[in-house]
Amino acid sequence: MRGGISFVLGALALAALQASVAAGESMTIPKQVTAGSAFSIQTTGSGPAVLYVAGPGQALSRNVQMGEPASFASGALHQAGHYLAVLVKGSSPVADGSFDVVPANQPAKLSFLAKPSRLPVGLRNGISGSVYVFDAYGNLITTPLPVSFALSTPSGAVQKRVVTTQNGAASTQMDSGAKEGAAKFIAQAGAATSTRVIEQVPGDPCTLQMSVQPSGQQLSVQTAPVRDCSGNAVPDGTIVSFTEKYNGIQSTVDVPIKRGVAQVEMPARPGATISVASGVVAGNEIRWEGGR
Amino acid sequence: MNRALLLSCALAVSSAAFGDQPQVHVEPPHLQGPLTLAQQTETAAIRDYLESWKSLQTAFDQNQAALLDADFVGTAHDKLTSAIDEQAKLGIHTRYQDRAHNVQIVFYSPDGLSIQLLDTVDYDAQILKGGAVLTSQHVRRRYVVVLTPTQVRWAVRIFQEEPQ
Repeated sequence: MRGGISFVLGALALAALQASVAAGESMTIPKQVTAGSAFSIQTTGSGPAVLYVAGPGQALSRNVQMGEPASFASGALHQAGHYLAVLVKGSSPVADGSFDVVPANQPAKLSFLAKPSRLPVGLRNGISGSVYVFDAYGNLITTPLPVSFALSTPSGAVQKRVVTTQNGAASTQMDSGAKEGAAKFIAQAGAATSTRVIEQVPGDPCTLQMSVQPSGQQLSVQTAPVRDCSGNAVPDGTIVSFTEKYNGIQSTVDVPIKRGVAQVEMPARPGATISVASGVVAGNEIRWEGGR
Repeated sequence: MNRALLLSCALAVSSAAFGDQPQVHVEPPHLQGPLTLAQQTETAAIRDYLESWKSLQTAFDQNQAALLDADFVGTAHDKLTSAIDEQAKLGIHTRYQDRAHNVQIVFYSPDGLSIQLLDTVDYDAQILKGGAVLTSQHVRRRYVVVLTPTQVRWAVRIFQEEPQ
């Protein structure tokens, strides 16, 4: 309701403006202005007035001598959007109009989201990156632009993709490399670049191989160095489970990998079967025959 | 088609409480990127976006930037707040009344952390000084909007108007 009344009042303002136009008071507004560029609005008529320019991005005013241009210096109006302009003489509007401020086409800043920050090696499409491209004033550049994505992995391999933005956004997916370590994920549009570091960690153990040595009344059971399927050492702390079966009784010991191997002492029972596993990977099985 | 109709109806019902309501039409998503968008997510994002117009209208009309806090974050929040501060210093306020929205989600980032939508908006805009309307214009423009999730809702992070 309030809006309805207000917009009827708007119509009355329009009538006043039409009278002003008849009196030779007007202004010439550019249809479109590039964000941050200098421009002017020409006025006709005489006497002092105030020019108001307002939109959702900015609001500003200029004192104007009618008949002369109102100047806006470089950088004065820099937020993209649609702006209303109205020239007010005394307390009456005498001319109005509107225009658009559009983003500059030079990328100056990227908003680059890369995910995850840490992942196992050898994961297809495991890394995603999305970019929004902005001009120097933080306006989203919505005209299509090429964005280069490059993922440099510790092995020296580089994956590259070029994606054209749609409405200011571009995204891609990359595979994690075969070697553990920090990978650099770089997005570039024009002169603007942004880098994220992705930590590539070894994957799950690929194979498990253990050996058994008698140690007094015990058996010393130890794995070979535990590696993932790309040959990276599985990190210390990864749990390896040793299971001994003897006379229908089963006992399991969970051991963290230390210095690349997992080691445990188990009772030396002739006829016992010892197996090893980690996660979903099962290793070899040894039947202890008492050293024979 | 059915999905668009369903969403339009859902949004119309959810927004009926506001009174002077704009017409809302929702196009089916046209997504770039590998992630699929659940319908619940789509509905929530568009609902939250349309609600952000309400707080924007009140904030600009009353020159109270704090009213933006629930719906806008980051760049959009900073820019709108700055514009409100500027118009308050000039002794003017602006009134925006959205009449129609034609919304389509066009991007859902692979990380699930941003949704981009395009909205062709018909709205009336006024500049006022005191109680006097200085200018009143009908505008149709395209909005490019990026929403990101907050703890309880989708908030507008990029809010940019451009010629169609």
